[in-house]
Amino acid sequence: MYLDDKFRLKVGLAEMLKGGVIMDVTNAEQAVIAEKAGACAVMALERVPADIRKEGGVARMAPIAKMREIMQQVSIPVMAKARIGHFMEARILEALEVDYIDESEVLTPADEEHHIDKRDFRVPFVCGARNLGEALRRIAEGAAMIRTKGEAGSGNIVEAVRHIRTIVKEMKQLTVLGHEELVAESKKHQAPLELIQYVAQHGKLPVPNFSAGGIATPADAALVMQLGAEAVFVGSGIFKSSDPEARARAIVKAATYYNDPAKLLEASEELGAAMFGLDIAKLPESELLQTRGW
Amino acid sequence: MPGAVAGRKKIGVLALQGDFEAHERALRRAGAEAVEVRSAADLDELDGLVMPGGESTTMWKLINEEHLVEPLREFGRRRPIFGTCAGAILLASEVANPPQPSLGLMDISIERNAYGRQLDSRIARLQPQALEGDLEAVFIRAPIIRRVGGDAKVLASYQGDPVLVEQGRHLVATFHPELTDDSRVHRIFLNKIP
Repeated sequence: MYLDDKFRLKVGLAEMLKGGVIMDVTNAEQAVIAEKAGACAVMALERVPADIRKEGGVARMAPIAKMREIMQQVSIPVMAKARIGHFMEARILEALEVDYIDESEVLTPADEEHHIDKRDFRVPFVCGARNLGEALRRIAEGAAMIRTKGEAGSGNIVEAVRHIRTIVKEMKQLTVLGHEELVAESKKHQAPLELIQYVAQHGKLPVPNFSAGGIATPADAALVMQLGAEAVFVGSGIFKSSDPEARARAIVKAATYYNDPAKLLEASEELGAAMFGLDIAKLPESELLQTRGW
Repeated sequence: MPGAVAGRKKIGVLALQGDFEAHERALRRAGAEAVEVRSAADLDELDGLVMPGGESTTMWKLINEEHLVEPLREFGRRRPIFGTCAGAILLASEVANPPQPSLGLMDISIERNAYGRQLDSRIARLQPQALEGDLEAVFIRAPIIRRVGGDAKVLASYQGDPVLVEQGRHLVATFHPELTDDSRVHRIFLNKIP
């Protein structure tokens, strides 16, 4: 399934990012800090999610000049965000030769019905998901990497935990079912039977499964890795903290040593203040980013 | 042509970042035992070590911070190491684009991201003399080996550049044999272990 060379190359790069930290950056200076701190890739965007939340307005693909500068300044892969359904932003990012595109709920959606047909692109895509059905629908559209949505810009890990637990639990449940039950599950999850069968057989997604949305501390990164994430994205958590460089280094260390509390203790010392953070239970429904996309 | 591996060799896979799990699966398919290595103590009692693909800047930074530079060099003076892509960069004696420090266990010069960005990643079918039949080579943002030292043996080339090179007890591939079901390259490595 989906194992043509083009798709294998897309998944191949995601494989190389495992165990690493992908950091949101808005300019070349931040990208260099991220690379020096050990980021395995950077994500270029116009504003970090916490600022998008605060300032409002339409959030779009990052300015081209900024992305070019970032691509020139670092040797690690550079990802960039496109709006959900905005396949022309994606075409421009592909022409720019970014290494990965995040079709992201953090930006203002451009289409409320359709996601990008990602199979058609040579550049790989990562997409957010809150549950297994959503993850498999994105994979069916051609996504080569899935990340939990969490609640971007909140500095609160609760939603990322909910989403990774949901995806992992729903995958486990499929592994004990018979064929006719999988047909019913395909309908329930609103996902193609072929992908439901793959998960039932392997107990995992056919593409790497990363975590994002609310990771602000080394402990947060270790927590989602323990729950089954294979790498982490950190957005506002680094450049909205009091000492971005130290925090970036600490989260990189935590993604490697997520199973070693003594190393996690080392990583958590002398970090300065984490980003302030939001109580998601008190956010009005209309301010949630995770409900964008379907 | 490497044959079946006698006995069960215990191979460490450097698990700081990258596709170390894919290497563990490949090693098990080739008949070895695979364990993850994150500290100097994890190197004890290993017959060999694999340094996986991933981001070489991230891996080097962690190797350096976790005081693994000397333990890895010392290990490499006694036991075989197999590096793929980023792992090959870490084993080289000279790294360009941009320059970065490395373990220097093999006398090769290597250029990072030498084919270009992800859009230049590719899957090639090679016909290496060292192996029977085609070898599928998955190149992901791959480096190019620009120079090999005197006693290095080139086992496979692509577009005129060496992509699978052995020197002394060590082996490097600029592609990712761990991302295919073909265990032959891993068996070449296992056969280097006495």
